Amino acid sequence: MTRFSRRTLLKAGAAFAGVSAIGSPAIVRAQAARIKIGHLVPLTGFLGAIGSYAQLGVKMAAEEINASGGIIGKQIDLMSEDSVNPATASTKAQRMIEQDGAVLLFGEISSASSLTIMQVAERNKKVFFSTGARSDALRGKDCNRYSFHCDIPNTVMVNAVGTALKQKGMVKGKKFVTLTADYIFGHDLLKAAKAFFSANEATLIGDELIATDVTDFSPYLLKVRQAKPDVVCCNLAGNQVTNLVKQYAEFGFPYPLIGFNLNTGDAWAMGEGNLSGTWPTVWYHTLDNPASKTFVDAFSKKYGKPPENHAWIEYITLKMIAQAITETKSTESDALIAYFEKQAQFDIMKARKAYFRSWDHQLVQEAYPFTVKPKGEMKDKWDMLVLGEAVPAAGADLETIYPTKAQNPCNMKA
Amino acid sequence: MQFGFLLEQVVNGLVLGGYYLLIALGLSLIFSVGGIVNLAHGAFYALGAYISVEITKYLGFGSAVVLSPVAVALLGILFERFILRRFYDADPILSLLVTFALTMVTEQAIRIIWGAPPISAAIPQALRGSVFLGDFLFSRYRLLILAVVAVVLLGVWLLLHKTSFGRVVRAGIQRPDMVAALGIRLQPYMTAIVMLGVGMAALGGAFFAPITIVHPAMGAEIITVAFVVVVIGGLGSFWGVVIAALLVGVVRGITIHFAPAAGEASIYVLMFLVLMVRPRGLLGERIEKFE
Repeated sequence: MTRFSRRTLLKAGAAFAGVSAIGSPAIVRAQAARIKIGHLVPLTGFLGAIGSYAQLGVKMAAEEINASGGIIGKQIDLMSEDSVNPATASTKAQRMIEQDGAVLLFGEISSASSLTIMQVAERNKKVFFSTGARSDALRGKDCNRYSFHCDIPNTVMVNAVGTALKQKGMVKGKKFVTLTADYIFGHDLLKAAKAFFSANEATLIGDELIATDVTDFSPYLLKVRQAKPDVVCCNLAGNQVTNLVKQYAEFGFPYPLIGFNLNTGDAWAMGEGNLSGTWPTVWYHTLDNPASKTFVDAFSKKYGKPPENHAWIEYITLKMIAQAITETKSTESDALIAYFEKQAQFDIMKARKAYFRSWDHQLVQEAYPFTVKPKGEMKDKWDMLVLGEAVPAAGADLETIYPTKAQNPCNMKA
Repeated sequence: MQFGFLLEQVVNGLVLGGYYLLIALGLSLIFSVGGIVNLAHGAFYALGAYISVEITKYLGFGSAVVLSPVAVALLGILFERFILRRFYDADPILSLLVTFALTMVTEQAIRIIWGAPPISAAIPQALRGSVFLGDFLFSRYRLLILAVVAVVLLGVWLLLHKTSFGRVVRAGIQRPDMVAALGIRLQPYMTAIVMLGVGMAALGGAFFAPITIVHPAMGAEIITVAFVVVVIGGLGSFWGVVIAALLVGVVRGITIHFAPAAGEASIYVLMFLVLMVRPRGLLGERIEKFE
């Protein structure tokens, strides 16, 4: 009895082995017919909250592409992981290229992590789309041929808010205090802010560098009051912005608080009545155009909340990548770079189409300043911002708000 | 002028220290009585914040800061009964691992229930703004926190030093075997202490939800500071923890006043200096479980 059942078991095992032996070549073929794409975004730490939106956006784009038959007949294999910090980001990027066979990489919000991935991309000659990093340096002195930059750079954010502030008479002759995130992004943003202040006759009377893990800002706020500025300017990132704005409202200072960087995910986390002032954004879910509305409806239906700007940027980036692979019928780095450097136009759900500038690989697109809706006028908790007029103004050349060749020290090695 | 601002930082630091105290004292109590380093303490703090935000929606902020700690304290009963109880006499490594695992489970549970993006919370309008005393400035809301901390502190001290409950707990800390020999079961006392400890952590979470970001990993952020406080004060010492918490708050405030970049590092430097001079912390007793 025992022997019999053991024999049956052996037979079944052999049969199974046989099936898998025959089956496996088919599986291998199927894998070869997939396009592997690596995606990294911080899901933990001070950028984790907005990173989680980014991941939802990219998942939706990949599912849509695969449902419609994939790219050049191949399904996308999306590998999406938590980049945690710059060291982990570069290690994972390296692994995705070397071991997992990623044909290209994209993602990231932290400028520091993005910089390390850019180096990995260059070393391995693979294309990397930096989706959410805003430091000017990445597309300036640190630029390289394999890296593309989708989000607006710091200079554009400063210009977007600065233009709105100038119209309100809040710049000329005013005293500013800045609170700045103490890493590459913040330093870079402060530099852009300083350039703006000095070009517009404003003075910077106080400047605090704040570590990214700070959650209590009260000692800094006391210093702000000591300086007695006309305007307080927030150059922080991620969770820091949320915490600062909440505590700024708590202390109830009379000085207006504005900022050169904000992601709507951080604004949503602030709670009622805390946010005021003028801020920049790259996209918002109430933008009035058909493509944007279709995307917002699909996303809201799928996830039960509207997309944040990082969800949008990951979504359009994967779509741009898909368009490039379809047009070039290739996943080779050189073919893709050539395609993007032709300054191909992309519909990114804004009034004007966008393109990557050939010489610094910056996605040239509109940006928007926004202010906060009065409490009674919000439809729901996500409906808290009033978008200002797009910058640059309609009719003006998109590139007018971006650093010029003379201002942007990007020198790509061929 | 400079002196006035400095004093402002000191007072603000004391308030912040008071808030750290809410979390650190519970951590220290649970360690003293059960010999367990409760890494899950931050998770209860986060739960306190999330539950209070939920309650605020329906019953308002006042009810939230009362009901949320109570709800978390009730969870504390389950925590003690089904998890901690098994590890009182075991290797401390085991309880470290278990409570650490519980932290991750709770964080994930929060992600599943409330989602990964932070949820929003705000201070009631009446509590906003600053109070001036001459040129002195305090946040109205933080003054409220300070008052609550003072009341809680007094309550815990009275409980430990003026009641029979406290006598048994203190005796249990010193000589658990003797207490057992007297025929007193320490078990229910332990349950009560865990309830009290995690309830205090939740109270801290409820009060800080309106002024910091409420997100799944918030517990991990606070637990580090709480540990620094407990280590500086000395494991198991009531007044040690009180002094350490206030000291940490003040040192941080003054450092930020003079050298902002060193603000976050200052408390670790303080811990280093204290441990160099007194390895057991400021008022720490000999720790039998570890020494």
